[in-house]
Amino acid sequence: MIKTVAELKRGEKGIIKEFADDILPIKLLELGCLPGNEIELVQIAPLKDPIYINVNGSHIAIRRSMAKLIELEIIEDAHLL
Amino acid sequence: MSKQINVALIGNPNTGKTSVFNQLTGLNQKVGNYPGITVEKKEGICKLPRGVKAHIIDLPGTYSLNTTSLDESVAVELLLNKNDKDYPDVAVVIADVENLKRNLLLFTQIKDLRIPTILVINMADRMSRKGISIDIELLEEKLNTKIALVSTRKNVGIDHLKELISDYKSLSISPNIDTTVIAPEYFERLKTTFPKEDLYKLWLVITQDVNFMPIEKNLFQNATSFATKSKPELKRLQQKETILRYQFINGILKQAHKIDLNAAKGLRATLDKILTHKVFGYLIFFLILLTIFQAIYVWSEYPMDMIESFFANASELVKNTLPPGVFTNLIAEGILAGIGGIVIFIPQIAFLFLFIALLEETGYMSRVVFLMDRIMRQFGLSGKSIVPLISGTACAIPAIMATRTIENWKERLITILVTPFTTCSARLPVYLIIIGLVIPEGRFIGLSYQALTLMLLYLIGFFTAIFSAMILNKILKIKSKTFFVVEMPNYKLPLVKNVAYTVLEKTKSFVFGAGKIILAISIILWFLGSNGISDDFKNAEQIVENRITNQGLTKFNSDALEIDMANYELALKDSVANKTNTISNLAIQDSVAKKYTELFERAKRQEIASYKLENSYMGYMGKAITPIVEPLGYDWKIGIAVLTSFAAREVFVGTLATIYSVGSDEEDTITNRMAAEVNPKTQKPLFNLASGISLLLFYAFAMQCASTLAIVKRETNSWKWPLGQLVFMSVFAYIIAFIAYQILK
Repeated sequence: MIKTVAELKRGEKGIIKEFADDILPIKLLELGCLPGNEIELVQIAPLKDPIYINVNGSHIAIRRSMAKLIELEIIEDAHLL
Repeated sequence: MSKQINVALIGNPNTGKTSVFNQLTGLNQKVGNYPGITVEKKEGICKLPRGVKAHIIDLPGTYSLNTTSLDESVAVELLLNKNDKDYPDVAVVIADVENLKRNLLLFTQIKDLRIPTILVINMADRMSRKGISIDIELLEEKLNTKIALVSTRKNVGIDHLKELISDYKSLSISPNIDTTVIAPEYFERLKTTFPKEDLYKLWLVITQDVNFMPIEKNLFQNATSFATKSKPELKRLQQKETILRYQFINGILKQAHKIDLNAAKGLRATLDKILTHKVFGYLIFFLILLTIFQAIYVWSEYPMDMIESFFANASELVKNTLPPGVFTNLIAEGILAGIGGIVIFIPQIAFLFLFIALLEETGYMSRVVFLMDRIMRQFGLSGKSIVPLISGTACAIPAIMATRTIENWKERLITILVTPFTTCSARLPVYLIIIGLVIPEGRFIGLSYQALTLMLLYLIGFFTAIFSAMILNKILKIKSKTFFVVEMPNYKLPLVKNVAYTVLEKTKSFVFGAGKIILAISIILWFLGSNGISDDFKNAEQIVENRITNQGLTKFNSDALEIDMANYELALKDSVANKTNTISNLAIQDSVAKKYTELFERAKRQEIASYKLENSYMGYMGKAITPIVEPLGYDWKIGIAVLTSFAAREVFVGTLATIYSVGSDEEDTITNRMAAEVNPKTQKPLFNLASGISLLLFYAFAMQCASTLAIVKRETNSWKWPLGQLVFMSVFAYIIAFIAYQILK
């Protein structure tokens, strides 16, 4: 099943999959949103949008619409194992 | 040859770049604008070892050299243009120790431009707390540069940095990364077309515009003509470049950088949870806003009172010490009144920027953006619009400049267009004076009517802004990609020095920016009000004196005189009865007679002054527009004040002060003078509830600020928007004020 950043729960992590070239703004890539990097959902705003992620050491807030474009491979949460 | 070294400070936002700049330059700095655009230009002088001086430019914060905004393009253009007088001999890249990886992306790009580049790792004092260890020597070797570990908070490492800057010639300028591998064939073609140019520089010139939103400029038109690739293709290459750079950086950091993740969490997570909580988050934000308003209204009252009485005294002093004449009047009534009208705003502006600086410095502002984005979006705004809308309560000019952080053009444009509705500090003096005059003093559940009115006006301003945003969102047909990325920086204790500099800077720019216009207008007004050509003006004394001899004082003045005299007599008799004063009955009569003459003379002078003004140039101008403003409940004097306010609102009070004090020897406080004004038609006080509310509403909605219009023109790069704003807001204001007056009168 395909999962995107928008579907993560608070504290969940995933690894960014390869994505199509033109989807994300270059600024997001510069902040570390690159294929293979780990992404963690830190906070969700009170009205469920925007969301606040930690990717590659960068703490950034993005809107849900953009988060839906970032596909993930889910890694099991270390705490649950 | 001059010994001055050009140094460019460059770095990601939130890395403490400004702190480093402040540490290097101290008060030897100035803030201006880049020619033709509103991007702030900060530069300063720093003394280096061995008598060398450095000219330091603090470039706008950027994540990379792939520009997405005007601010960023300023930084890139300087680094690309060898002919610029500020072209750096050495670039200093400021990195934050916690985000080293991301900061190095920018570093490698600059290094590849073959500019000698020093790496500053800032906030080094946090290293041990965050479990970070860095092998500096290894990092220096791999990046082929020199590194300064700095802590601006603890004032550590700045001397080492100065040492490195003065020794910049020994830095290697060889690039870190060979970018051509992302598209060998393309770069080969470039090389044959431009054999003399540096390939990486060419590449940056070509891609400068790729990520831009609408209004940007085209310095490199020639260069783009050989951009043989389409924009999406170039963008893809930029992505490839970014990935390539991160590969390089990751490789190095794996060896030279270690982080113990267990030590890294803590305060940040806790604070985030509270500050972005669905109840506490909004509550805290609301409390902070309340505190800011409290500071602007209550705390700044003390210094403002002092300033006001200082200028009143100064004006009095000038009139009493200098020989009477045109020159003395110019100083006392034109210049001093004008300067006083500017200085009076300083406490409020300083307070507002103090708070904004604190919120930005601590990292809290980003949380507000995060909290508010979803709500603001419903009105076609962005979470980032909240900053301009709040700053707008000080002044629309910095507020509109602050919209630059909004990447989405439509959201940004709407924010720019509605910000002038928020109640700026220039409206405040108008509000305060009118409210004091027309709103009764009683209380409603412990809150004074006057305070409630003021609050209501702020709410009206804010909701009009939001409401117009909603409408604009519906009618503006602009397509632009949603693009919202906000960095959530770590929480920090604000640095006193940074906050102090910001406050100083913003206050200075207000005093010297808006202040010039206000002063000029004050002087022009003084001239127009104290000169005239008609015989009525020249023979004013004679005409008024004849009138008083024949008909007595005007009804209002004679009534006021009667009341004043009765009070005076009563007080005098009371003091005798209480034995605080021992004078005979005869002496009382004497004293009363003297007082009467004094008051009568004063009333006469005021009538002369008023008659003169009525027949001065300004009087004629005011009368010409009377038919337009009469339906709003104003007379020609208010008409003039409204007219001059179209240059800047705060001029309203200054204009009235000038109108009423011209020719009068007594420096009555302006409020008393206004309260004494009578509507010649109704013989009732001119400032009554109906005309007062009408004025308040007019000022709440009208676009009366030439400086704001100029800024909007610059930011939108077209006259269409500011002119639309001017016409729409003013017509709207007129209609609302008209309705209010006609209902209430």
